[in-house]
This record gives sequence, structure tokens and C-alpha cells, in this order.
Amino acid sequence: MKGNSTGGEASNPRVGVFLCHCGTNIAGVVDVPEVAEFTRMIPGVVYVGENIHTCSSEGLKNIKEAIREHRLERVIVAACTPRTHEPIFREAVEEAGLNKYLFQMVNVREHDSWVHKDKAAATEKAKYLVQMAVSKAAHLEPEEEKEIDILPSTLVVGAGVSGMTASLSLAEQGFDVVLVEKEAETGGTLRDLHTLFPGVREASEIIKSLGDKIRGSDRVRLLTSARVKRVDGFLGNFDVEIEGEGGDLSMKVGTIIVATGAEPLTPAGYYMYGETPAVITQLELEKRLKSASVTPPPRVVMIQCVGAMEERGRVYCSRICCDVAVKNALKLIDLNPATEVYMVYRDLMTYGIEGEVTYQEALRRGVRFVNFQQDKPPQVTPTSGGATVSVYEPLLGSETVIEAGLVVLSTPLIQREEGRALARLLRVPIASDGFFLEAHPKMRPVDFSSDGIFLCGTAHGPKNVSESVSQALAAAARAAIPMSRGRVRTEAVKATLDEEMCVGCGACASACPFDAIEWGATGLPVVNEASCKGCGVCAVECPMGAMQLRYFKDDQLLPAVDGLLSPTRWLDPGKEAEPVIICFACRWCSYAAADFAGVMRLNYPVNVRIILVPCSGRVDFRHVFEAFQRGADGVVVAGCLKEQCHYVDGNIIAERRVDAAKKALNTLKVGGDRLEMFFCSAGMPREFADFMTEFTERIRRMGVLNRRDVPALRVNGGTQK
Amino acid sequence: MGKAASVVVIGGGIAGIQASLDLADRGVRVHLVEKTPSIGGKMALLDKTFPTMDCAICILAPKMIEVYRHPNIELLTLSEVTHVEGGAGDFRVTVAKKPRYVDESKCIGCGVCASKCPVRVPDEAQMGLSTRRAAHLPFPQAVPLIYSIDERNCLYLTKGICRVCERFCEAGAIDFEQKPEERVIDAASIIVATGLDTYDPSPLKEYGYRRFKNVVTALELERMITATGPTEGQLLRPSDGRHPESVAFIQCVGSRSLSEGYPYCSAVCCMHATKEAILVREHIPEARVTIMYTDMRAFGKGFREFVNRARDEYGVEYIRGKPAEIREEPRDSGLSFWYEDTVTGEMLQRRVDLLVLCTALTPSRDNKRLAEILGVELDEHDFFVQPDHMLSPLGTTREGIFVCGYSQGPKDIPDTIAEASGATAMSAEVIRRAMRG
Repeated sequence: MKGNSTGGEASNPRVGVFLCHCGTNIAGVVDVPEVAEFTRMIPGVVYVGENIHTCSSEGLKNIKEAIREHRLERVIVAACTPRTHEPIFREAVEEAGLNKYLFQMVNVREHDSWVHKDKAAATEKAKYLVQMAVSKAAHLEPEEEKEIDILPSTLVVGAGVSGMTASLSLAEQGFDVVLVEKEAETGGTLRDLHTLFPGVREASEIIKSLGDKIRGSDRVRLLTSARVKRVDGFLGNFDVEIEGEGGDLSMKVGTIIVATGAEPLTPAGYYMYGETPAVITQLELEKRLKSASVTPPPRVVMIQCVGAMEERGRVYCSRICCDVAVKNALKLIDLNPATEVYMVYRDLMTYGIEGEVTYQEALRRGVRFVNFQQDKPPQVTPTSGGATVSVYEPLLGSETVIEAGLVVLSTPLIQREEGRALARLLRVPIASDGFFLEAHPKMRPVDFSSDGIFLCGTAHGPKNVSESVSQALAAAARAAIPMSRGRVRTEAVKATLDEEMCVGCGACASACPFDAIEWGATGLPVVNEASCKGCGVCAVECPMGAMQLRYFKDDQLLPAVDGLLSPTRWLDPGKEAEPVIICFACRWCSYAAADFAGVMRLNYPVNVRIILVPCSGRVDFRHVFEAFQRGADGVVVAGCLKEQCHYVDGNIIAERRVDAAKKALNTLKVGGDRLEMFFCSAGMPREFADFMTEFTERIRRMGVLNRRDVPALRVNGGTQK
Repeated sequence: MGKAASVVVIGGGIAGIQASLDLADRGVRVHLVEKTPSIGGKMALLDKTFPTMDCAICILAPKMIEVYRHPNIELLTLSEVTHVEGGAGDFRVTVAKKPRYVDESKCIGCGVCASKCPVRVPDEAQMGLSTRRAAHLPFPQAVPLIYSIDERNCLYLTKGICRVCERFCEAGAIDFEQKPEERVIDAASIIVATGLDTYDPSPLKEYGYRRFKNVVTALELERMITATGPTEGQLLRPSDGRHPESVAFIQCVGSRSLSEGYPYCSAVCCMHATKEAILVREHIPEARVTIMYTDMRAFGKGFREFVNRARDEYGVEYIRGKPAEIREEPRDSGLSFWYEDTVTGEMLQRRVDLLVLCTALTPSRDNKRLAEILGVELDEHDFFVQPDHMLSPLGTTREGIFVCGYSQGPKDIPDTIAEASGATAMSAEVIRRAMRG
């Protein structure tokens, strides 16, 4: 099996550091050789290597060889975000015979080279980040991962095209499915639609065929008029409560797929919608086409991008509206060949093969395409015969006025209210466009960051039926992976009790948001490692420091903070000292937001240094104080948005502690304004960058802390080991 | 475990890689067949990917390595499928493996053979913008990281002379005695992931490709701007080696065309042009960068925000108008053209230092041959036909053979990855039916 080395002497383990150039992504800003030189001089470091791409075969080979050759006992890779590549490096380290919890990654790309322009300052910051990792490394311990059983069953939420497709595929693959649908019937949005682009298949035929298969499947349990009420647990063992017509149902499933779809925006306030019957939405047109209650008037105008592609608000393009409008234009012409249809659009999104073919057919059959620009939208005026639409046409240099009997508005798909509620129940994020946020927008389109939960269809973002089907199959495939294996190893980052120090007060058990701490026969708390999610809230509540969180113990975090800050200043004594800000960032939201700020190359001050914690609720006053003592002039505790904490309410607990700490800091000469709590979601990189910029400014105005003003704080006697 | 739990994946780009990993992770045995010496496909040649601006090889390389190390994946490079018999649940797939002329168990990837090889040929991984040797690695992050000798250009294999590489290889890994091999693999299903090729716009004389020095294609620009490219990431004009001060992209070259080229839209060019425009501005902050478009197809998740950023933060100029004819200025090989700005209605003239043609992206040129071997149908553009595109978008005209990625239809990387995972669900269904007998 893989390496299980005990890791050498805790007092002086041999540390190896691998610095990545990442092509020019890091090396273009950070002077990697200079950081290497500095790193060699840190006590404990016996090997420093540089790689152009540490994640390549060669880079990994280099790590494994170095571990063997130099008998390394701790390994650090300073490169990109651990959120993508940590598993690869951990595996490599294990293959070389080292326990993977003796490995650490430091982010000098998303959090340094990608967000700062000052090369010298970015290089200095990289040195501190590496030093933080080295300081923590000396205190890391090898940890054992437990295996958990995965139930071969899936909860699929939403019985539209996506939910039904995913359910049927899972059933065909041999898994049991519970399919929950809030309406009385299956089918979702397609129940209201006439034909599907390009206009041949009827929506009703599609959902009837899927619905029949669902009802005929003996592996799929369909619950209609039902909603998910509560979800607890973890990959392989989710505890689900569903409220339905017959009462509440409880069950356990192995995986969850979100397929709650989306709904078209009702364009109140746009283009006279609601003020005249002549202006309707594309969905309303579909319903009329379906019920054969449309007599196409001589002129119809379709307006695209209504409430979409905005500068602020709904910035996104809803992908399918141009296809739908073209399809419906052709349908109207089929019904009345004399009808003139105008499509008033900004960018015609008839992409791919079918899109272009249908667009070309529309041109052939006389649909008129009129382009408008964002700053000169069309004007709609109700008339007795319907409405006039006037559009400025640059090609003509004048306004074109169209007297129409019917105006059809194409509006974007938006997130459902139920989708937002489900996001809170599952503790999964929603991006700034309102749709669910996947684990990685490029590489993991149907996974959530939370293990065992997947998504597909328009809940992920606007798309057409065949794209939804592909994604649904993908979600089914991804959910099937752990379920096929039957057992999966879990992270070892769990709470652990030092029984000698425990006084049996029970603070940990009452604080645990997952009820993962039970009372054992000895009268001491026992951590249920399967239920423990690794937030660390218990560790802070424990007055004795007896309850700790593995990999994030106090005697690992405190040295890390020290390493991130000491010595306080290496700048020219002549220059005015720059304030240093430490940000404790939770791995789910704020760390991810910082990562995305890097991906987007947003700038914020180089004064900010980020240290990873599993949850903002892991941050203790003693960590904050350590930061001020060691050289921080400002401290930020960053967590998820209030209802979105991955660990239920770790961020709320963190806020309470921060408030109390601010009061304490006020009574000392430090000042409570030097500490702040910041809430953000993973989808808010801009807000993250802006906040860091403002906070740095605030601290700069307050001035650099005189270290003598920070009294030595002794908390609870024996907690510092 | 036998044929019931085996799948052949054809194509080692991101689609084939994702499909292989998803299958292997659930215990299915995968035979990944790739015709070139390394997996990675076109994504490995990109600098960054839209809209996240992730470094392409950074997010791809870990998956490539996982494929190589996965106990359930047999990686067959320099290999092609030559014959298929049987049906869903019970295929017999013949795979022909070309000789690498390098012993995979001995090569340490040191590169001495390449440095000594006297043959220089255009490097296809650099879009022909620089040369490689006959003994070569396709690109630095190749998987497997093993050199190969190009039998069409090697002096020994074509003329019986040289063998310098053998003399200098300290690992004794050069093996000119290697012969082509053939194997028959039992598989329950086959996943096609053959990816894309690019349209050569030479027939469109009006754009001057291959006639005017400073007219390049988008993929050529991508290589010119990548750190591992022919100019090490320095964007230089081909004519004089200087930084261009102005760059224009022309969209839909050979796309959406009812005459020369292809009628369909390649779906990703508006976005990759935006990405490249941002890269040009990052490399050369003083450069004026313009995208000449027809419709700005920023329809995916995060795409419109990305275009807005390019426009507002990076100062990329978007002009809705397609130039009719490009002329080369003899003085400095600059390109000038007239165009109609359809937003303002004006006819204007522009001169740029470098012109980038965003050409149509086509399915793989080898699809015709492969489709015949597989016994499946292609459409008129060589995409694999899906009999029920709406409800079975990953199925082909033969049961048990599935398709994903660009070979299914124009799409970007996230959609490709989703389809690749989806195809594994289809394969898993076939496997289960076969195992139940």
C-alpha cells in the first residue's frame, strides 16, 4: 500500500521545498531563484528544488527522487492553488513512502504572482508564504485515513429532462434512485413548451417518453409534489428528509444530483410588457403555439436580450433564446406564410451546426434580422392594432418603425427560488449570475466542491435539451464513480481529543453543528469520524485545548502564523513601513474567491497574506492575537456568506468571536478596527479584492502597530505546547 | 475482468482523457488509443483557456499524468484502430501500434538523441512555426515523457545512414529493430473522442494567408504567445521579428460560409479570439488590439462577463464588421483593409502590424477512415452522426459506440468534459447489460 512513514523526529524533521515556475505564470513576477536562496537558509530545510511545471511527470518524478535521495520527512510545494493540484502531489508523496499529511501546498500563484504587479514585493511575499509552510511543516504529523462505505443510491432533485435522464442512466447502471419533484407531474419546463429547437420534436413527446420510462423503472422511486426538507451527512451517507403529500420521508443515499432547472424571467418593466396584450414573452408564445391559439398577424417583432446581456445585473447571455426565437419565427411563418417576422437582436447566438443551418433557413424564408446596439435599445409603443417598435438601424442611419400585431420578448433563464433554497440546504454555492457554481468552471462542470453532490441541466446555466441530456449523463457517470467503488477513503482532517487534557465540560459536543461528538462510556466525548466534517469549531470552544483539528491544530496554526509574519519588516529602514495584513480564509468560499481573484488577475495590495483554514469558525482569538504579536497590523477573518457556510454556521460563530475580540482589542491599545470579519462567496472575487484594498487602506491610515503596544497574552496556561 | 468490463477510447485529447479517467476510477479497464506519440491533443497546445484564463497545460497535465499512472488504463500511443468486429457488449477491436524506435522501459527523457539528430522538420506542435528533429518529444509536458523517432524523416529509417542518436543515448534506449505491432482487444464498448483540426484558409485568397508574412491563424498566434512556443512567449511579427503595435483578429474565416469553407459556426472562436486579444494586451500593453466580428458569440457561462472585461479592462476594441480584402504594404509588410463598421455605418480603413485569422475548426481529418472501420455514419462535415441528437446526443449509428467532444459537434472544453463523462455512463450501461447476459 502507499507510504505510511511515521515522519521522523517531530522536533527537527527534514523539510524539502519545491518551488514552481509554472511556466511564466509565477516566474514572470516572482523571482523564484531568489525565493529558493532564501528558503535554503530557513532552519529545517534540507532541500530546495525548482521546476518549470511541478505538476508534470518530470516535476513529480523530481519530488519522489528528492524524497528518497535526501530522506525528506516533510514536503512543501509552492505553486498554484491547492484546490486543484493538491491530490496529485499528495499521491506522489505517498508513492515515495511518505504519509500524505506530511505534505503542504503554498499558493504563490493565484494569491501572489497573479494579483500583484510589483515584482519585488511579490517576491518578498512569496518568501513569507513559503516560510509559513516550513514553520507549520515541522509540526505536521502522519495521519490515517478511514474508509467509508458508499450507499449505491442517489437522490435526484428535479424531474425535468435533466433529472429524468440522470435517474434513468443511474438505474441502467444498477443504482437505486429517489427522484423528487415539486410539481404533481414530471417534465419541468418542457411541459409548457411546444416544439424544441430546431422545431421538429414536440416537447410533450420527449417528456412523455422519459416519464414513461421513469414510471416503468423499478429502480427509480418517483416522489411528486415533494420537496427536500433537510440534508445532513456526507458522501456515501447522506441523511435526507423529504416532505411530501403523504407526510415526511427519511432516507439515506450515497450521492445527490441537483437538476432543479431554471425559469424564464418575467420582463416586468421592459418594452411595455404587462401594459398591453400585444407584448408577450417567448414562453407565452410557446404556450399559445402548443394550444394552437395563435393567428400570426401580418407583422411580428421579436426582441432579443430582454433583461439579459446587461451592463449590470444580468450580464450573462442566456444561450438559447436566439435559437428559440428563430424556431418560433419559422413556426409563425408555417402557420401564416404571409407573416413578416422581424428579429431585433444584439448578437445572434445561433451557434454550432444546427444553429447556423436554422438561421440560414430563416433568412431564406424571409425572416428579417435587425441589429441594435446596447446603448440604443428599441422603443415599443402600444397602438390600437398592437404596438409599434422603432429601432435605430446604423446601416440605414435612421430609425426603422415597424407596426406590429405582436411583439415577443426573449428573456433569459434565471435561477428558481427553490434552487436558492436547495443551495442553502445542501450548503453549495451560487455564482454571481444566480446559477449553481460548480467545483471548477473548466475542468469539473458537473461536480460541486462538496464531495458526492453533482449538478446538471439549466440549474447549472442556460442550455438546450441535448446539452442538458449530456450533462445529466455526466452527472450520473460522476456520481456512479464512488458508488461503483463501494468504499472511499475520507480525509483525515477531523477532530481529535487529547483525553489527558479533557475536563469533560461538553462545550465541544454542544458546539458541533453536525452532532458528531457523542459521549463515550468513559464519560469523555468521542468524535464520530464519519460524521465529523472537519470545521474545527469544537477546537476553539474547548477551553483546555484538548479538542484539536488534525492538520490544523493550534500547535500547527500558531507556528504558521509566526512564519507568515516574522521578522516583521525586511524593507529598507529609510522607507515608510508598509502595514501587513493577515487574512484567515476558509477553504470553501473565501479562499476560492481569492483564487478566482487570481484567475481574473484582479489587483489588491501585496500587503495581504492569506492563510488557509477549513472554516472561519476554526479561528481562535489566540490565533488573531498571535498575528498581532508577530507583526500583523490588521487581521481579516474571511468566511462564506451568512447562509452558505459549508459547516452550517461556523461563519456566524466566527463573527461572534470576532466581535468579542474587537472589544478586547479596543481595551488594549491595539484597536478593534484592526480586526474585521468578511463574508463572501466563492463567486465574489471582485468583492474580495475590493475589500482587501479598502481594509489595507484603513490599516494604512491607522498606521503600523507599535509591537510594544501588543501585550503578551497567555491564554489558558497549558495550551501552548 | 474480461471483455465485459473493458472499453476502448479512441483519441487522447481532453475528451479521451476524461472518459478514460472516469471509467478507470470506477474499475473499468480502459485502452486509450492515441495516434500521436503523446496524449494531450489540441488543449495541450493552448496557452490559456477562456473564460478563466487558466493555464491550459497546468489544468491538463495532472490529468495526463493520472492517465499514465492509473492501474486501469493501458495507454497505447502511436496507435490506431484498424478493424472492428462484433457488437455492443462484445467488440473485438484491432489496434495497430507503430514503432517508436525508442525502448519505453529504458528512455529517461534526457533529450540527447534530439540534440544530436541532424534532421530538421517543421514542428507540428508549434503549428510549423519552428522546427523539431526526427528524434523528438512532441512538447515538453508530453505523456509518456519518452522520445520517439519520426520514421518518415529519420535518415536511418529512410536512407539507412546516420544512427547518431543511438551512439549518444546513454540509456541504450534507441531500438531501430522495433516493428509495428497488432493486437486485438475485447471491449464492451468504444468511445470516439477524435477532436478537432483547423481549416487552412489558403483558398481564401482575399485574406492573404501564406502569401503575406504577417497573416497568421489563431492557433499559430496561440503558439507564438505561449512560453513554450517557438519564440518563448515573445510575440514577434514573422516579417521583421519586432513586437506588433497593432493586431487585428478576423472572425468567421471559412465559417458560416455558404461558399468556400464551412456553413456551420465553430462555437468557440469568438471566445478564443477574446482570450488571445487579452493575452496580446498583456504581452504588449501598448498594442492596439481589435476584433473584427460578425456576431460576438459569448453565449456560455461566464463568457459575456469575459468579453466585457476584455473590452473594459484590457481595452480590446470590438468592431462589428468583416473586412473584404486584405492588402500587404510593401514597406513594412503591414496589412491594410477597408471595412464597414455596421454599428456606425461608416466605411473605414485600417492598417495593422499583425493579422490573425480565426478559422473554422473542423472534425479530425482521420474521421472518414475511422468511421468506415467503425461502421458508423458521418455527416457532410465529418462529424459523427447521432441518430437521436436530442435524447441520445452521445450515441452514434452503431450501438455500443459513443462519441464525445468536438467530434460530436463544435464545443468548448467544459462541454467536452461533460460529454466525455456522459459517454462513460453510456458505456457503463452497455457493460452492465453485457454482464447480466
